Amino acid sequence: MHDVRKSFDGVEVLHGVSLDVRAGEIHALVGENGAGKSTLMKILAGVYVDYTGTIEIDGRPVRFGSPRDAERSGVAIIHQELALVPWMSVAENMFLGREPVTLWGTVDYGRMRAEAARFLGALTPGIDVRRNVAEYGVSVQQLIEIGKALSRNARILILDEPTSALSDAETERLFEILRGLRARGVALIYISHRMDEIYRIADRITVLRDGAYVGCRRASDLGRDEMIHWMVGRQIEQLFPKHMRAPGRERLRVEGLSLRAGAGGKMLVNGASLVVRAGEVVGLGGLMGSGASELLGAIFGRYGRQCSGKIWVEGRPFVPRSPRHALAAGLAMVTNDRKASGLVLPMSVLHNMTLAALPRATRAGWLRGDIERRLAEPLSRELSLRAPSLHAPITALSGGSQQKVILARWLMTEPKILLLDEPTRGIDVGAKADIYELMNRWTAAGIGILLITSELPELLAMSDRILVMSRGRITAELSREEATQERVMAAAV
Amino acid sequence: MTAGLPRICHSPGFRAALALVGVLALGCFLNADGTFFKFKTHHDLLGAVAINGMLACGMTLVIIAAGIDLSVGSVLGVCAMCFPLFTMAQHWPAWLAFLACLAIGAIAGAVNGALITLCGMQPFVATLATMVSARGLAKYVPTFAGLTAGQKIQPTEGLGPPVFDLIDGRILLWEAPWGRVQLPIVTIFFLACVAVLWVVVTQTRFGRHLYAIGGNEEAARLSGIRVGWNKLFAYAICGLTAGLAGICQAARDHLGDPEAGFTFELKAIAAVVIGGTNLMGGRGGMLLTLVGVLIIGYIEKILSINNVQEAGRLLIQGAIIVVAVIIQRRRG
Repeated sequence: MHDVRKSFDGVEVLHGVSLDVRAGEIHALVGENGAGKSTLMKILAGVYVDYTGTIEIDGRPVRFGSPRDAERSGVAIIHQELALVPWMSVAENMFLGREPVTLWGTVDYGRMRAEAARFLGALTPGIDVRRNVAEYGVSVQQLIEIGKALSRNARILILDEPTSALSDAETERLFEILRGLRARGVALIYISHRMDEIYRIADRITVLRDGAYVGCRRASDLGRDEMIHWMVGRQIEQLFPKHMRAPGRERLRVEGLSLRAGAGGKMLVNGASLVVRAGEVVGLGGLMGSGASELLGAIFGRYGRQCSGKIWVEGRPFVPRSPRHALAAGLAMVTNDRKASGLVLPMSVLHNMTLAALPRATRAGWLRGDIERRLAEPLSRELSLRAPSLHAPITALSGGSQQKVILARWLMTEPKILLLDEPTRGIDVGAKADIYELMNRWTAAGIGILLITSELPELLAMSDRILVMSRGRITAELSREEATQERVMAAAV
Repeated sequence: MTAGLPRICHSPGFRAALALVGVLALGCFLNADGTFFKFKTHHDLLGAVAINGMLACGMTLVIIAAGIDLSVGSVLGVCAMCFPLFTMAQHWPAWLAFLACLAIGAIAGAVNGALITLCGMQPFVATLATMVSARGLAKYVPTFAGLTAGQKIQPTEGLGPPVFDLIDGRILLWEAPWGRVQLPIVTIFFLACVAVLWVVVTQTRFGRHLYAIGGNEEAARLSGIRVGWNKLFAYAICGLTAGLAGICQAARDHLGDPEAGFTFELKAIAAVVIGGTNLMGGRGGMLLTLVGVLIIGYIEKILSINNVQEAGRLLIQGAIIVVAVIIQRRRG
């Protein structure tokens, strides 16, 4: 791809970006959110057709008119959100839209299954192509997507944040498979925010910033600090701000909390106990499926009476009947999925911000727009929110800014305890640093924070104490001094 | 595409207004020998759209909260039967009959809401069921007046109690040089619905909650919003407007017809959608619905003054809904 430019509504978002990817290499494409990675990849995959610049595949210039065109030339993209039909079998999904047919014009299921099994078997053993996709977890679904791409003769495979929903073991397995594909001569473009992964898997790295090409270098020649410098245009000496905390009195106490998945289902949380004091950050570590998210949700009343156990907030017994009760008790929760359970996409920035604190903006039954603004303005300054205006649609904001809006929503309720589930997932380095800084400010103001993060450096740097969960149980409690990546991981597996 | 146009051009309000202007321009073109330019034409139109308008206002609340109410036509039918039953057969005072019919409408709506929030039924299915049952109820009402089921309830002598004439009447606003400016009472009811519900959706917490529920129900729940209660309330208000429309329908007909309101729910939904309120929920507004009601009303008017028969009218109306929705989809 050479000198690619693309505009939306007259605003240029890609300013002459170049990228060259070779067969048999894993090429990492990095940059902050909004740097133009996704746009560039959508052009390559034939989603956006009006751009300037040239794309060559095997030396031949191509210009795709549709995703189908791109697919025919061997380009396949695997999106962060997987595009499989849950209630169809694995084989049916892989051959969706090009099912093999028999002489009679009916679908040749036998051949379809055999072909599907052949492609998947080359990747990983043990997937039954007759079962529904919904029966498999995200990691297997991802492999199915890769198998689907390969069965369509993909020679250029784009992976957009493939590990964001995977555990470390699953990530390892994916990496094995990617290395296998590399050996077979497939060109892989790998988009990720996770530095460690990039350095483990990538051969070369291309960095974009604000829609412009910054540089491309072999991964072994590009130091981590230098890459961050390329991405943000400034050296971040300290991603994690220094923290000085003095834990105060007890804010939250949980004893023997259990949560079952439906009647007779498996235990998602099994007898968890913990304490969060004023002004401290308690980190909750664990791999995907450890039950940490469910524990947070249960404390916040997401599961109503399904959970058992005892909770005290500010020394008073608290039964988490609903999020409404949790809110009234002084709890607030940022979920790990901004789109699904955080943002109200049709609403403006302001309305998203005030959603949980509407009673504060009501006088005599009337919702007062002026009070809403008065509540929101100081917060958006405090969070250094970058938004064109408070009345802009929330969709116009970058991921990091959207996350700040959600944080502002909960701060507006004046919580005593903040439950943060992956607060920095999928946001750029600058916004991450802002959020760490804010967490320190909140703890200084006496708020107790319970933090889930799957990024170990973040967990170690931000927590005063670390609890590690595995299969629904809390398996370790480590002080800040004791905690190392190895110890956390040992308790998590 | 529409790149480069100012932001306002992308707003649903602008699109709806533009569509209305387009329809009016069409009317000027197809003016049926000047009939379209007569003051009376527009005057009558305001009365003709009122009943559909009331239904559309209530429907807007439900659709903003990502629901749908198919039962409003049948609920209208029930109330259009009960009003003559109470006033003609049971000789209740008019105000009591009026309030009783509104209550019946609201209760029917609340039943919809309860089926959806307590029993977890899909809005389409729940309100489809009440649509069928309420129609049955409308046909059963005459038995309370000593008639057989399915019969019309008619006044024993003349035009029935004076309240019918009152609601069917007009009030004189202005003795203008080009004619008397009179506003039908039903139009006042309709405009009152628009005004009150506009205030509700834009100026109250309840309104904001509906947008949040329609936009992202889980986010709304986590923000401490009582999702169930708010939905129930929205359906109850929708039923209430159907009750009001039923009273107006009975007053206009001067009798109770058990078939009243048949397929009205579809026309009300069409008005909401043409206005630009999104069936996916979370977007839309009461003023958009007002414009949508006027667009549908004008299309019907233009077709009828040009002597297009009913078959043609329906065909063209359907085509217009398609065009309206396509325009809506172009947004964003």
